[in-house]
Amino acid sequence: MHWREKRKETNKIQIMNTKLKQLMAFTRKEFLHVFRDKRTLLIMFGLPIVQILIFGFALTNEVKNARLLVVNPNNEAQSEQLIQKIEASSYFTIKHIEPNTQNLEKYFKNGEVQAALILPGKFSAPRNEPAEIQIVTDASDPNFAKIAINYLSAIIMDFLNKPNSVQIAPMQIQTETRMLFNPSLNGSMNFVPGVIALIMMIVSTTLTSVSIVREKEFGMMEVLLVSPVRPIFVLISKMLPYLILSFANLILILLMSHYVLLVPINGNILLILFVGILYILTCLALGLLISNITSSQAFAMMFSMAGIMLPTLLFTGFLFPLENMPIGFQWFSNIVPSKWFFLIFQSVMLKGLGFADVWKEMSILFFMMIFLTVISLKKFNTRLQ
Amino acid sequence: MKTLIFVLKKEFLLIFRDKMIVPMMFMMPTIQLLILPFAIDMDVRHLKMTVVDNDHSTYSQQLIAKIASSDIFSIYSVENSYNEALKDVGKNQADLIIQIPQGFERNLVRENTSKISISADAVNIVKAGLGTGYLNSIILNFNQKIRTEWMSGQEIIQPVDVKYSFWYNPLMKYRNYMVPAILVLLITTLSGFITALNIVREKEEGTMEQINVTPLKRWQFVLGKLIPFLLIGIFVMSLGLAIMRFVYGIHVAGSFGTLYLFGIVYITSILGVGLLISTLADTQQQSMFIAFFFIMIFILLSGLFTNVESMPRWAYTVSDMLSVTHFMHAVRAIVIKGSAFMDIWKDMVYIAVFSIVMNTLAILNYKKTS
Repeated sequence: MHWREKRKETNKIQIMNTKLKQLMAFTRKEFLHVFRDKRTLLIMFGLPIVQILIFGFALTNEVKNARLLVVNPNNEAQSEQLIQKIEASSYFTIKHIEPNTQNLEKYFKNGEVQAALILPGKFSAPRNEPAEIQIVTDASDPNFAKIAINYLSAIIMDFLNKPNSVQIAPMQIQTETRMLFNPSLNGSMNFVPGVIALIMMIVSTTLTSVSIVREKEFGMMEVLLVSPVRPIFVLISKMLPYLILSFANLILILLMSHYVLLVPINGNILLILFVGILYILTCLALGLLISNITSSQAFAMMFSMAGIMLPTLLFTGFLFPLENMPIGFQWFSNIVPSKWFFLIFQSVMLKGLGFADVWKEMSILFFMMIFLTVISLKKFNTRLQ
Repeated sequence: MKTLIFVLKKEFLLIFRDKMIVPMMFMMPTIQLLILPFAIDMDVRHLKMTVVDNDHSTYSQQLIAKIASSDIFSIYSVENSYNEALKDVGKNQADLIIQIPQGFERNLVRENTSKISISADAVNIVKAGLGTGYLNSIILNFNQKIRTEWMSGQEIIQPVDVKYSFWYNPLMKYRNYMVPAILVLLITTLSGFITALNIVREKEEGTMEQINVTPLKRWQFVLGKLIPFLLIGIFVMSLGLAIMRFVYGIHVAGSFGTLYLFGIVYITSILGVGLLISTLADTQQQSMFIAFFFIMIFILLSGLFTNVESMPRWAYTVSDMLSVTHFMHAVRAIVIKGSAFMDIWKDMVYIAVFSIVMNTLAILNYKKTS
């Protein structure tokens, strides 16, 4: 090799090295920034832990311990049996047993009971006149009312069919029910991918945008931009800590949901992590975009709260079923990245599907990421007014 | 007293000069109340189903037609084998599979019994539970119908009749349940955030130090912050109630007096939380995240969209201590059921105690020297 060329080569390597060093130095500075703010860091990791605990243990849509009032006019042996049967189920707690319906309205109004079972005076009524059992529910919450009635009538039917089960009714259709993917009916299954989607949005998008805008507000951005480091490196060094923290968060959530909430991981773990990184990058790009179009912290916060958090919460599909929404909302949900992430994650992690089944959704997410990155880089002004 | 009036004047000036608060006062209620009730609809209404009919008999066709004609189920596809059907569920295209085995009709007639299997995508257990429940009741219904036809004339008398009634919401509108709760959500987020950010902003801008060197007492300063935000909260609540009445046609069944009484005490409690947070934080970013953290916990545990009763003991205890749980309960009771103050006075006690504790903590925690 000619000596000149050789020198050029070493020069190139040297330049690369200095650039890398600069990048490293800047990244170190950003890490220091992040780690110095202990309170934000605490929230960053406290939030997923608390959310996992709340979503996993505290929030259930099941009906358990519903408060029931039983109106039992005559203490017949049969009514006693039925009451015992209801008491034994975990669905209802019997709050009061009263001889008449006098206090019914009062109990409903102060919320002491949620449903009432009104038993007939006589169970064994004359042949042609069926005895009447009435179920009254507080239908303020229609879902609760429906489920409570389902459970109560199932218990009653079961009770009524027992004594004369000697004679089998003709033409009996029996049903066998199977719960796919989740035989133990673990309620956290649906929440885990949703919580990840939400947390990543908070950490990657909101925190990043606010921290960049903060530098703008304090005038630090100008200092950074006049440094010999290329603007793109300034951005990369800003993103890196958040990328790493988000990834740590993802691992934390996965570990917690597997070992604490006992959610199975049925899919390929590498694919799961890859999808996670793809989503984190999308969120970071979004955060970058917000920081480039806003100029005050308060505005960036409001923007990411109202413009990003709310749609994520609403249109991901983990809390509120998308198919019930008006058609316009359903269309809109297609541009919300977390919706796609949720779909992919659910299919891969819980249903064990492979890349072949989710490549379409993944490419949508990928293009969103590219699109957001390009737009935000275009909006990134290297000169401040 | 005179000092307080001066402080109030200053705070009002600040608020109306702020380019964010005034638009937020109008925008947030309108957007939240116009969008959320449409988006939050947890009613299980549309379930897609895949049919595997290996029998192709009159009965199986009749049953499928019956399921398809129900309001809640729609048939997504008809497959030849269970494995094909399973793929539809895996891809989230169908929620349930009904499989009618070969010889279904023949067994029913000859051997008096026959089996149908139902499989549900149980990743979402609510959907799976309600879906299989509905499907079972349709099958039961169908069973009774063909049985009566078969026995032709020999009517079977059910010895006991079970009747249902749905009180307070006979049309079972989910919206009637959700809109009052969204009103609570709105009041909570708005009053919580603006107070949490307000004092920290003065800290960041350095005006806090100026206030600290004045002879202003702590309670005067805190009251000066509280009163304007309380008024904003009440204004937002009224705006929300108007939207509830004129957009959704939901009338308040109980008295407005009770509703506002609860509102005032509740808003004070949330302002206390906001103030406490702003005494804990140094920057707006921290303050916002702490506020977000707590408000999120409050709202999730308040029973906004899940049953408080079904929670485990520890969560129920936490939820019971929060003022938002009781306010949520009270607002729903007043608006939907028309409960009077005497019915729900216990909720008021909880809210009031929470409010006093939070505000006292905030005042104690606010230090004039750093």
